[in-house]
Amino acid sequence: MSKDTQLDLWEVFIQAKVGGNHVHAGSVHASDGKMALQNARDIYTRRNEGSSIWVVPSDCIVASTLSDTEMFFDPSADKIYRHPTFYVLPEGAKQI
Amino acid sequence: MDVLIAGTSFQDKIDHDINIEPKDVMPDEYRTHLIRQISQHAHSEVIGMQPEGNWITRAPSLRAKQILLAKIQDEGGHGLYLYSAAETLGISRDEMIRQLHEGKARYSNIFNYPALTWADIGAIGWLVDGAAIVNQVSLQKTSYGPYARAMVRICKEESFHQRQGYEIMAHMMDGTADQKQMAQDAVNRWWWPALMMFGPHDSDSPHSGAAFRWKIKNKSNDELRRKFIDKTVPQAEVIGLRIPDPDLKWNEMKQSYDHGKINWEEFRQVINGNGPCNRQRMQHHVKYHEEGRWVREAAEAYKNRLKQSN
Repeated sequence: MSKDTQLDLWEVFIQAKVGGNHVHAGSVHASDGKMALQNARDIYTRRNEGSSIWVVPSDCIVASTLSDTEMFFDPSADKIYRHPTFYVLPEGAKQI
Repeated sequence: MDVLIAGTSFQDKIDHDINIEPKDVMPDEYRTHLIRQISQHAHSEVIGMQPEGNWITRAPSLRAKQILLAKIQDEGGHGLYLYSAAETLGISRDEMIRQLHEGKARYSNIFNYPALTWADIGAIGWLVDGAAIVNQVSLQKTSYGPYARAMVRICKEESFHQRQGYEIMAHMMDGTADQKQMAQDAVNRWWWPALMMFGPHDSDSPHSGAAFRWKIKNKSNDELRRKFIDKTVPQAEVIGLRIPDPDLKWNEMKQSYDHGKINWEEFRQVINGNGPCNRQRMQHHVKYHEEGRWVREAAEAYKNRLKQSN
């Protein structure tokens, strides 16, 4: 059997309602962007799950790595003053 | 919490019900076990389109035809979710298809039986999808993240499959004597193969030890089979169908049904290639895979041309 191709891998992001975030739904195989969009529509939105779709070639995604997790996210770990619950409010203060 | 996860060992994560994700460290046997199970699951969805596809042009009404088309399209989609999940473990889709064609990867034995009449479409939806759902619901909690997420999506879509099958059966049981006979005949042929879908008894299931330790499985074959029987028997009674098992009896103590002996010799025969449709299913898959080759090549050529003109 000669070498076969199953086309390229794309990641699919779906916006459920207008105004919302695009959320990762899964992946599809396709040879170009138009085919990737159509395949994503057929595979991930057969029941009105989407109002908009993004497709991105999987090899274009840059991701943080597991081994760097600790170092990478550490800077935010000790800054609890970024959360509103850090602050002590005087008794009786409202709507703040 | 994230920091904790990064430094935690594989088995610790499993024991704390933390999903394993594609880039995590995992034992080779875990990876191999999952590739085998997920690719078999994916192949089953795709091969399962054949016995039903056979009835699209002969569906008894436009409504029935639309529903059947939608159901088969779902099965194709489910196959694709699962292939994607397996690919995250480092196997390519080419390789999975090659293993299927070479007989190294299997698909569910149930699809080696033929769909002889329209009632079989009802029985497949009700019993085969019904059995698959029981299994898939328990797999929503499986330890490998991409597999678990594919299962959640699949379960959401599958429940229509079972209902449409049951509706066909109910409709026929409301019909003429011939129609009732046809429905009963389909149940007679599909009941035992559906029970076999859950695999061998716990006492002789070779892979289950590690599958439990790694939480790939969380319910045993026999537990899942019992669950299926307990919910299906009353559904048969509602529409007047008889379960073809003279030893089937309600066990008051267990609050569950006892069933008769499963013919594992038949199971072995079919799984080893001697079922009614094994050769036909595989020939069909190979034929259309080969006939589709030029489409994939044309798509690649078009992609390369787009690149050049940019």
